[in-house]
Amino acid sequence: MKDSGLAHYFRPTDLGLALDWLSDNEARVAAGCTDLLAATTAPQLSGPVLDVTAIQNLRGISKDDRYWRFGATTTWTDVIRADLPPAFDSLKLAAREVGSQQIQNAGTLAGNLCNASPAADGVPCWLTLDAQIELKSKHTTRVLPLSSFLNGPRQTELATDEIVSAILVPQTSAGGRSSFLKFGARKYLIISIAMVAARITENRGVVSEIAISVGSCGAVATRLTELEAALNGQPLLGIETRITDVMIENAIDPIDDLRSDAVSRKIAASELVRRCIASLGQDPVASA
Amino acid sequence: MTAQSVEFSVTINARPTKILAHPGKRLSDALRTDLGLIGTKVGCDAGDCGACTVLIDGEPQCACLTPLSHVADREIATVEGLSADQLAPVQEAFLRHGAAQCGICTPGMLMAATALLANNPSPTPDQAEEALSGVLCRCTGYRKIIAAVCDVRDQHEKRLMPSAGHAVGAPVERLDGRQKVDGTEIFGADYRPSDALYVHVIRSPYHAAQFKFGDLAEFVESTPGVEAVFTADDIQGENVFGVIPPFADQPALAKDQARFMGEAVALVVGDQDFLTAMDLAPFPVVWTEIEANLDPLVAQTDKAPDIHSGRPNNVLITGNVKTGDPAAALSKAAHIVRGEMTTSFVEHAYIEPEAGSAWVDGEALVIQACTQAPYMDRADTARVLGLDPEKIRIIPTATGGGFGSKIDVSIQPLLGLVALKTGRPCHIVYTRSESMASTTKRHPGIMRASIGADTNGKIVGMHFDGDFDTGAYASWGPTVANRVPVHASGPYKTPNYLAQARAVHTNGPVSGAFRGFGVPQAASLQETLYDELAEKCGIDPLEFRRINALQDGDTSVCGQEMQGVGIRECLDALVPHWNAAKLAAVEFNRSSTTIKRGVGVASCWYGCGNTSLSNPSTIRLGITADGRLLLHQGAVDIGQGSNTVIPQICADALGLPLDQFELIGADTALTPDCGKTSASRQTFVTGKAAMLAGQELRRKILRMSNMSSDAVITLQDGKLTVAEQSTTREIKLDDLPSGEHGYVLHAEETYDPPTTPLDENGQGKPYAVYGYGAQMAEVEVDIKLGAVKVTNIVAAHDLGRVINPLLAEGQIEGGIAQGLGMALMEEYVPGRTANLHDYLIPTIGDMPPVQSILIEKTDPEGPMGAKGLGEHVLIPTAPAILNGIRHASGAKLTKLPALPHRVLRAIQEAKAPK
Repeated sequence: MKDSGLAHYFRPTDLGLALDWLSDNEARVAAGCTDLLAATTAPQLSGPVLDVTAIQNLRGISKDDRYWRFGATTTWTDVIRADLPPAFDSLKLAAREVGSQQIQNAGTLAGNLCNASPAADGVPCWLTLDAQIELKSKHTTRVLPLSSFLNGPRQTELATDEIVSAILVPQTSAGGRSSFLKFGARKYLIISIAMVAARITENRGVVSEIAISVGSCGAVATRLTELEAALNGQPLLGIETRITDVMIENAIDPIDDLRSDAVSRKIAASELVRRCIASLGQDPVASA
Repeated sequence: MTAQSVEFSVTINARPTKILAHPGKRLSDALRTDLGLIGTKVGCDAGDCGACTVLIDGEPQCACLTPLSHVADREIATVEGLSADQLAPVQEAFLRHGAAQCGICTPGMLMAATALLANNPSPTPDQAEEALSGVLCRCTGYRKIIAAVCDVRDQHEKRLMPSAGHAVGAPVERLDGRQKVDGTEIFGADYRPSDALYVHVIRSPYHAAQFKFGDLAEFVESTPGVEAVFTADDIQGENVFGVIPPFADQPALAKDQARFMGEAVALVVGDQDFLTAMDLAPFPVVWTEIEANLDPLVAQTDKAPDIHSGRPNNVLITGNVKTGDPAAALSKAAHIVRGEMTTSFVEHAYIEPEAGSAWVDGEALVIQACTQAPYMDRADTARVLGLDPEKIRIIPTATGGGFGSKIDVSIQPLLGLVALKTGRPCHIVYTRSESMASTTKRHPGIMRASIGADTNGKIVGMHFDGDFDTGAYASWGPTVANRVPVHASGPYKTPNYLAQARAVHTNGPVSGAFRGFGVPQAASLQETLYDELAEKCGIDPLEFRRINALQDGDTSVCGQEMQGVGIRECLDALVPHWNAAKLAAVEFNRSSTTIKRGVGVASCWYGCGNTSLSNPSTIRLGITADGRLLLHQGAVDIGQGSNTVIPQICADALGLPLDQFELIGADTALTPDCGKTSASRQTFVTGKAAMLAGQELRRKILRMSNMSSDAVITLQDGKLTVAEQSTTREIKLDDLPSGEHGYVLHAEETYDPPTTPLDENGQGKPYAVYGYGAQMAEVEVDIKLGAVKVTNIVAAHDLGRVINPLLAEGQIEGGIAQGLGMALMEEYVPGRTANLHDYLIPTIGDMPPVQSILIEKTDPEGPMGAKGLGEHVLIPTAPAILNGIRHASGAKLTKLPALPHRVLRAIQEAKAPK
């Protein structure tokens, strides 16, 4: 048999070993493989591949005084089943809409970010949680805000010798309640036309902190900072009536594609923001 | 096998197993090729369809997206593990409810259901929907799957098989059902001869291009795993195929020029592992892209060169029906409406990509592949390969959905070429994207129509004109051009009528047959215009249709005197549902501002069988010396149920119980030609041949025993017993001489529907039998987002005589799902949507409940009164939904599919001051 040219597939259990190997080998980092295997017609992942799913301590959700820590290989199903405060409701809702249950059982949080699709379901939620991305290489650990990590469609700050090791959510951004809306042309298995995540903290019926983001309406998902500033400090009840389309439309840059045209995406984004915010404002709960 | 194979220990269906393979290998591939567990199906290799769903430690995952390394030391459950000697309750429930049609998605559905049922033995429909939402089905419309999963019982009474004389009308579980639920069914990809060469197709990356090959011999020599390359120069027959021989124009492998994106130009043959893993970019071909023409209107002008010589202005054919004086009638009409409708390429999106094998067996070339039309495959393959058709044997595998596209050959001539050239067996499995890029589509239509009515709401005339994009090659373009003018009136009395339809070549994908042959497109215009016309007349839309419905003795637009016309009965059956739904919508809309409800109705009629052309079926039936009763059933069952319905008809014609029948075929070596599974013809045409064969065998038995037609025949213990009143006679079968085909008694009958050619005005008798139907759709429109949700459908269909109500409902629900997709989401764009995540088909959550109402207005020609159904069911769905959208929101859609942004724009246009 002639040489097939198939290269190495490395699946260590130790993070140090993984990073050592990655510093010496140019390889693709594989986790849940729901994007990597979907992108090829070959019967297997062609190498070289660093498979990080066997690395201990890379999967799971924990917290300390400063951060909620979501391990890189935590799956969407792990998120759905985790006991998390209401600030993460948006993430749970998004998790339920990542592909199908089959995908949610395999797909990982870090993989979703590294794949860097403009329609990545997790990104709007993470943005409202001020998520930070922990990157590790053999010699360095660095932490970037998610908005700095994502550079554009299929483009990230990840260096060739780095892996994403965790997604960190500051405790200071894990307050309040959140929601997520995803809009597409069918009920399940959707790549969205537009999606919105929002998180609101209130104090005696007044918004004390608000984070809103929109996905699938530009090269990367984005926070609506102008709108957030306008809504902060306002009464929560009926807050959606204070939203103006222009504040949303100025912040996004949707394209015409197969799923929608740009004009309709802007309309959809505005409407989804209103609905998402309204759902959070409808039933105010006393702040803790 | 590969450079880095590793041994993995896994537990599969409770059995510890070792697999030696590459750690990055897809689990689906390891299960199927390394372990022979072919019950796990592959539909997309991208996690879009869920057919490959298996359970890993009890949780559903797509095996196609799971590298083998991830399952080391874990427990995997596949469909093969669900049953041992006895089927599991969930499998029984699938059979009982008719939840498996073609069966290709069934293993994935069953595994997702199994995961649900482990935690929740009595799920609600919503829970079942959620749990199964990752698996696509293209046949069933999902409702029977939900019903099955909600009705899984440890103990239930097995439905008894009908006794002699009672098969027709009985809700018999499909006779070929067991293998569809236990994972043993063999589809195109599931059998691969052990030493088979793999065939990889090189395809055009451009809509239009010229090309030249480089040094192919050097490529073969220098590329590991490659054994040979074949091009058009290797084809020894006539390098064209086509379903309508006079129009055949499509090369099996293009020579010098590619006319559409995805067209096959060369075959690379070799070792499967190498070929599928290999980057074939170095394949020596030089492309010169030429300007493509993708617009069927531009194609008819001087701006576009002719794609085929001899077809000026790219018009393949024009179909035409004219009666009365439509211009005069429309000019005098009290009310007139005019409109346009544009539809898109629609992909069949069966979950099984084309696949099969070929080998040489003595003198014969054997091709075993998924198909809808074995004898047409044989003829086309023989033409391309320069062989006598008798030297080719076509063995259809189970076909994992067809819907029209698997009538045309795809892989058959390619497999045949390789098997002949190499003398070795060969195997091919299309990828999802090459299946979508290279096979036929529904014709996009650009249609205009005017319809007029008098002051009483009676239609006085109609004018219809349509351009249908038939793509690069003829395929079924002539059929669409001929069928559309015959049907564009809808099932309504239209005294003055002119309809024209042109099939026009472009460099788009080849448009062929897709459930309805252009009629669903035309109905989407005619039926929406009917709503506007009803409004102008001040008449309720349903009442307007009842006023104009064809009745027995009326003449059609072709001048045919119609009999057994059931459209009025279908519309009548909708009346109570319609009235209730309209009231409910008004009530709902009173308090709802963002979501608006609406109700729409639409009708269909559809001629069964070929248009004015012979399309016979032949059925053979025999009894052996040892008392077996064999039915040679050549009507390919692609999930629609001919393996069950044809025996049901035959059983009652013969007078023996259904469960005594053994089925043979389909197989061109074993079954006479039953034509193609297409044109809603199998229940009617093959069914009638089966009835005639059953009756003939009965006559022979009665003659031998000298009994009258009332006698009761039984077949038991190697003898026939014929009883009448007090007389009983026995025929000992092994006393009889063995005759033709090895039977001691046999009958073979052919039926060909009596039609007449259409004259220059399209007048004549195009079909011997028509079926009718009407559907009502309740919809909710989100007027801020343009999103449409269909909440309920009531479907009344006239089947003439219901042969099997369980399967009939399955056809109705499945056709509605495809009509819903066409209405709301399906738009194939060559080069951009050749996958199942950019090309959207309805998921389980998009299908509303369907209430089927089966009407039996007996047809004088059909077997036992039966009519066809398969295509009818799709035709009214899209216009009923469009009418519902307009009722809810005012939005008048003129382009399908009604994606949210199009609905939103139409809502804004409706609101804009005129």
